[in-house]
Amino acid sequence: MEILDILISASFWTAAIRIASPLIFATMGELICERAGVLNLGIEGIMVVGAFAGWMTVYSGYGLWTGVGVAMLSGMLFGLMHGILTVPFGLSQHVVGLGITLLATSLTYFSYRLALPEVTSPPKIEAFQPLPIPILSEIPVIGPALFTQTPLTYLAFVLVLVLSLVLYRTPVGLALRAAGENPSAVDAQGLSVSGIRIGAVMVGSGLMAVGGAFLTMSAFNSFFFEMVNGRGWICIALVVFGAWKPSKALLGAILFAAFDALQIRIQQTPLGANVPYQVFLMMPYLLSILALVVMSRRAEVPAALMVAFNKGER
Amino acid sequence: MRLEPIANPTVTRTLSLPLLALTVTVFVASFLAMLAGANPFSVLGLIIDGAVGSKFAALETLNRATPLIFTGLAVAVAFRARLWNIGAEAQLYAGAVLTVLLGTGALAWPSGLLLPTIAICAMFAGALVLLLPAYLKTRFGVDEVVTTLLFNFVVLLLVSMLLEGVLKDPMGMGWPKSARLIPEARLPRIVEGLRLHWGFGLAIVSAAVVWMIQTRTTLGYEMRAVGLNQKAAQFAGIPVNTVLIKTALLSGGLAALAGFSEVAGLKGNLTLDLSPGFGYTGIIVAMLAFLNPIGVVVSALFVAGIFVGADSMSRAAGVPTYIADIMLATALLLMVLAIMLTRFRIVRE
Amino acid sequence: MAKQSEAQVVLRLDRITKTFGALVANDAVSLDLHKGEVIALLGENGAGKTTLMNILFGHYTADTGSVEVFGQELPPGNPRAALAAGVGMVHQHFTLADNMTVLENIVLGTQPLWRLGFDRSAARARIIKLSGDFGLTVHPDARVGALSVGERQRVEILKALYRDARILILDEPTAVLTPQETDDLFATMRKAVDLGLSVVFISHKLHEVMAISSRVLVLRHGRLVAEVLTEGTDRHVLATLMVGEEVTPPKVADSTAGPALMRLQNVSTADQGSAPGLKSLSLDLRAGQIIGLAGVSGNGQSALADMIGGLTTPLSGTIALENSEPVNWTPRAAVSAGIARIPEDRHKTGTIADFDLTENAILENYSEAPYSRKGWMNWQKAEDFSKHIIDTYDVRCPGPQTRIRLLSGGNMQKLILGRVLEQSPSIILANQPVRGLDIGAVSYVHSRLLDARAGGAAVLLISEDLEEIMALSDVIHVISEGRLSPGFPRGSKTAAELGVWMAGHGFDEEATNAA
Repeated sequence: MEILDILISASFWTAAIRIASPLIFATMGELICERAGVLNLGIEGIMVVGAFAGWMTVYSGYGLWTGVGVAMLSGMLFGLMHGILTVPFGLSQHVVGLGITLLATSLTYFSYRLALPEVTSPPKIEAFQPLPIPILSEIPVIGPALFTQTPLTYLAFVLVLVLSLVLYRTPVGLALRAAGENPSAVDAQGLSVSGIRIGAVMVGSGLMAVGGAFLTMSAFNSFFFEMVNGRGWICIALVVFGAWKPSKALLGAILFAAFDALQIRIQQTPLGANVPYQVFLMMPYLLSILALVVMSRRAEVPAALMVAFNKGER
Repeated sequence: MRLEPIANPTVTRTLSLPLLALTVTVFVASFLAMLAGANPFSVLGLIIDGAVGSKFAALETLNRATPLIFTGLAVAVAFRARLWNIGAEAQLYAGAVLTVLLGTGALAWPSGLLLPTIAICAMFAGALVLLLPAYLKTRFGVDEVVTTLLFNFVVLLLVSMLLEGVLKDPMGMGWPKSARLIPEARLPRIVEGLRLHWGFGLAIVSAAVVWMIQTRTTLGYEMRAVGLNQKAAQFAGIPVNTVLIKTALLSGGLAALAGFSEVAGLKGNLTLDLSPGFGYTGIIVAMLAFLNPIGVVVSALFVAGIFVGADSMSRAAGVPTYIADIMLATALLLMVLAIMLTRFRIVRE
Repeated sequence: MAKQSEAQVVLRLDRITKTFGALVANDAVSLDLHKGEVIALLGENGAGKTTLMNILFGHYTADTGSVEVFGQELPPGNPRAALAAGVGMVHQHFTLADNMTVLENIVLGTQPLWRLGFDRSAARARIIKLSGDFGLTVHPDARVGALSVGERQRVEILKALYRDARILILDEPTAVLTPQETDDLFATMRKAVDLGLSVVFISHKLHEVMAISSRVLVLRHGRLVAEVLTEGTDRHVLATLMVGEEVTPPKVADSTAGPALMRLQNVSTADQGSAPGLKSLSLDLRAGQIIGLAGVSGNGQSALADMIGGLTTPLSGTIALENSEPVNWTPRAAVSAGIARIPEDRHKTGTIADFDLTENAILENYSEAPYSRKGWMNWQKAEDFSKHIIDTYDVRCPGPQTRIRLLSGGNMQKLILGRVLEQSPSIILANQPVRGLDIGAVSYVHSRLLDARAGGAAVLLISEDLEEIMALSDVIHVISEGRLSPGFPRGSKTAAELGVWMAGHGFDEEATNAA
C-alpha cells in the first residue's frame, strides 16, 4: 500500500522528472552520435566535464545560461576530439571513447583541484530554481510533476521534440540517419560523411555535457567527485532500450527515473529499512542490464554503427 | 582526406611515431604542471626519479605493476577475441572477496596448500562474474561493453554490502573493512626485507602462460581467429560462442588474480578502496602493449612507473595527482593514433 | 563516326593515370562521350573500369590527367562537383540507406542541409513523373530495405535523374538482374538517350555490350587497347581484345553420373531478412557430375550454400549423405562428411585477412591431428601443409608466413581450393568460385573443378554468370525465390529459356503439372 501511495503522490513524480532530466540530455546526445554511426563511450567523462564547466562558470560569477553554454562548448570540444580520432582516422570507437572518458574526468578533477586547492566541502552555487508554469502547474499530480520544474528540465523535453523533428523531417536529419545506416549513400550524394559524423558527435557530446551540467546547476548545486556515477553508461543502455528513437528513449529515461525515485522512497519506509541500502543502489544498474536483454532482439541497430568509413577504400 | 595502407612501413616510421606520441604526452604533462605552478622542465626528471630513482621507488613501481599485469592480461586476452571486457574491476573485486572468505580462517591449512586453493577459487569467482555478460552476448546479442561496465558498479556495491555485513571485521571499529588474512594465507615476499611479494612472480608466470596459450595451443588459435574475423571462423567450423565463453572464463580469472594478489600480497585485508581503478587501467596497459601478453608486462611497468612517478612528482611540485591519469589517457589516445599512422598514410584529396 | 563527331562532346577524359602503390590501375586513358550515345567500357575484372569511373565521379583523384564535362574541367576529388555538373553514377554496390524510404534516399543531399523540413509532395510528384518518363516503376514511399534488387537499381537511377543528370554511368548494372530485367534496363537506357542523355555502360558481358552500345572502348590492364564501333565488330573480336589472347572455352569431356552422394528432400529454411529461404527443395548431388545452379543473386543461393555447408539446419525436410543422415549438422560435420566448401566471399568468409597462409590453410582442420594434439598446435606440420598447397596449387606468394591480405584474389582462391581439395572431398560446393578473378585464374579454377568431377566428386556450382553455368554444368537447375526448377541436361535449354525460369516463370506451371 505504501508503494501505491508513493506512486500517486505529486512529489514522487516531480522527483522522477527531475532525475530523468540529465538522463534525457545525455541519452539524446548519445542517440545523435549512434544514429550517425559513432558509439560515444566518452559520455561518462563528458558529463563530468559538463558538470564542472557549468558549475565553475556560475561559481566564477557568470549567469546560469552562460554556464549551460560553457558546459555545452566544453562537451563539444571533447566531441570534436572523439570525432576526429574515430571518423577520419577510424580508430576503435571503444578505445577512443574510454580514453576520452578518462581524459575528460582526470582533466576535470585536475582543474577542480587547481581552482579550489584546499576545499573540503564543495561550495554551492545559486542554481536554477523551479519555474511553475501558470495554469498548467495547477493540474493535479501532472501539474507539479511536469510544470513546476526548472527551466533546464523544460529544455530537455523541448529538446526531444526538436530532435524528433530534425531527425525525421529535415534534410540534415536524413543525412544523419543515412550516415549511420550506409555512409556510402551519403558520400554518393555528394555530402561529406566525415563532416556529418564529426558534427553529430560534437552536438551529441555538447548535449551530454549539458546533462552533466544539470547535476551541478539544477540538482545538487555543487560539484563533487564521482557525481556522475555511471549515469553515462546508463544512458547508453537507454539508447538501446529506446530502439534509437527519441520518443521511446524519453519514455525509457522517465521510466528509469521513476524507478530510481521509487527505490529512494522505499528505502525510507519500514520495509526498506530491513534491506541493505546497497541493494537499492544496485537497482538502476541491474534494471539497465535487464532493459538491454529485453530489447536485444527487437531493436533496429543503425547498420553502420561502429563501422568506419574510408572514402574510396579498395 | 583518406587513409591508404602502407605495404612495408619503414623502421623509422614504426619507431618514431610512437616515440612522438610519448614526447607529446610528456609535453602535455609539463604544460599542466606549469599551470599548477611547477617548473615544467623539472617534470620529466621528477617523474623518472619518483618511479625508479631509488630502491624504494623501484619496488613501489613493481608492486604497483603487479595488479596491472593481471588486469592488462585479462583485457588483452578478451580484446584479442573481440570480447570487450571493460569489467576487470568487478572481476578483481570478486577475486578479492574470495580471498578474504577463504583466507581469514575458514580454511586452516598450511600455506603451500591454502594459497593455491585460494588463487584457484578466486579465479573461478572472477570467471563467474564475466560469464554472465559473455552469456548475454552469445545468447541474446547484448553488447558486453555496457553490461560489463554496469557490473562494475553492481559488484562494488555488493562488496560494500558484504563489508558492512558478513565480511565485516568485528575489531574494525565500525569501518567497512574485512578481518585480516591469517599468516598462512599471505603471499610471502620474494626477498626477505624487500617490500615485494610473490604476486609479482605469479604475474610474470601468468604472462608467460597466456603467451603460450595464444601462440601454442588450439584454444589460442581459435581465440585469435574469432577475434580477427568472426564470420570466417564460424564458416570454418570454429565454435565461436564456446570460444567466447572460454575466453571470458580465462579473462575473468586473470583479473581476479589481481584481487587475490593485492589482498594476499600487499594489503592483507579487503577495503572498498582496494583498487584505484586497476581494472580500467588494465585497458590502457593492454592497448599500449598491442594486446601482446609479454608486452603487457612491459607496459604495466611503464604505466605503474607513471603512476608512482607522477605521484611523487605531484607531491614534490605541488601538482594535483590527477596528472597521472591525464598522462595515461593522453598516451593511450596518441598511441593508438600513432600505431595506426605507422600502417596507413594520409592522402589528401 | 562522322555523325558522332558532329554531336556535342559532353564528357572528355584526358590521359587519366592512376596508381595504387605498384599497381597501375589506369594508364593514360582518354575518352570522349557525345550527346545522345551509349558507349560501352569493356574489360575484365581488374582492368581499371571502375577506377576510371571513380575518378570521373570524384571518389579518387587521378595522378595526372583531367576530366571535362560540357567543356568545363571538373575539380579533382569532388563528387559534389561531378553531381552538379550533371554526372550521375549507378554504383555496382548500391549506395542506399535501407532504413529510409525511396523518396528520402532520392532527395538526400539535393537540398541545403539547414532547412526546416522539405516539400515531400513536390518531390513525390517529380519522382512519379521521372518514373513514368523513363519506365522506372517504384513506389516513392516504400522502405528501401523491403525492395528487390531490381527495384533498388531503379532507385539508384532515379537518384541520378532527380538531380538532372545529363550523363549516366552504369557500373556493371546487369550483374544482379535477370535477362528480362536487363531488357527493361536497356529500354530505360534507350529512353534516356532519346531524351538527350548520354550513357557510359560498364560491363564485361559481351552480348550486352553488343546489344546496347554504339561504341565500345576496351580496357586491359589499365590501358585503353581498342576503340571500335559496335556495328563493325563481333563478340569474338571483342573477347580477344578484352583478354589479349584467343579465348578457348573449357573442354568438358563426357561423363556419366554415379550414385547420389547427397540427397536433399523437401528442404525448407527460414528467410533471412529480405533474402528468401529455401522452399521445399529437393536435389541429388551425384558422383562425377557438375550441377549448375543458375539464378539472380539473392534468390536462395546463399540459403542453399549455407545449408549444405553446415551453417544452417533445415526447418523441415532431410539431408541425407551417401549412407547416413547427419544428426548434428554443423560446418565441422559438413567438412568431416567430405564436403569441400568454396565460399562466395573469399575475403570475408573464406579467409582471415590478418592470418598468414599457414594459419589460413588449416582453418577447417586445425582441431585434428596432426595439427592439433591434446590441445597443442603443431605448427611445423601446419606449415608443411601450407607449403604443399603453395607448390601444388601454384599459389604465388613470398612464403607461408605472408599475411593472406597481401595476396591477389586468384592466389587467395587457389589457397582455398588447395585447403579443401587436399582433403579428397566427395562433394564440392563451389559458390561463385571465379567472381572477380582474371582469366588465367578463372580457367585454373574451372579445370580443377572438372578434374574433381573426373575423379568422381559431385560438384554443385553456384554462379550468377549464366555463361559459366552453361559451359560447365552437366545438369542445370534454376533457383528463384527459394524454389528449384527441374534439372535441365546440358544443351537442352537456351540462355533465354533459362532466363524465363530465372525471372520466376515456369515454377507455377511445374507445380500444377505435378499435381
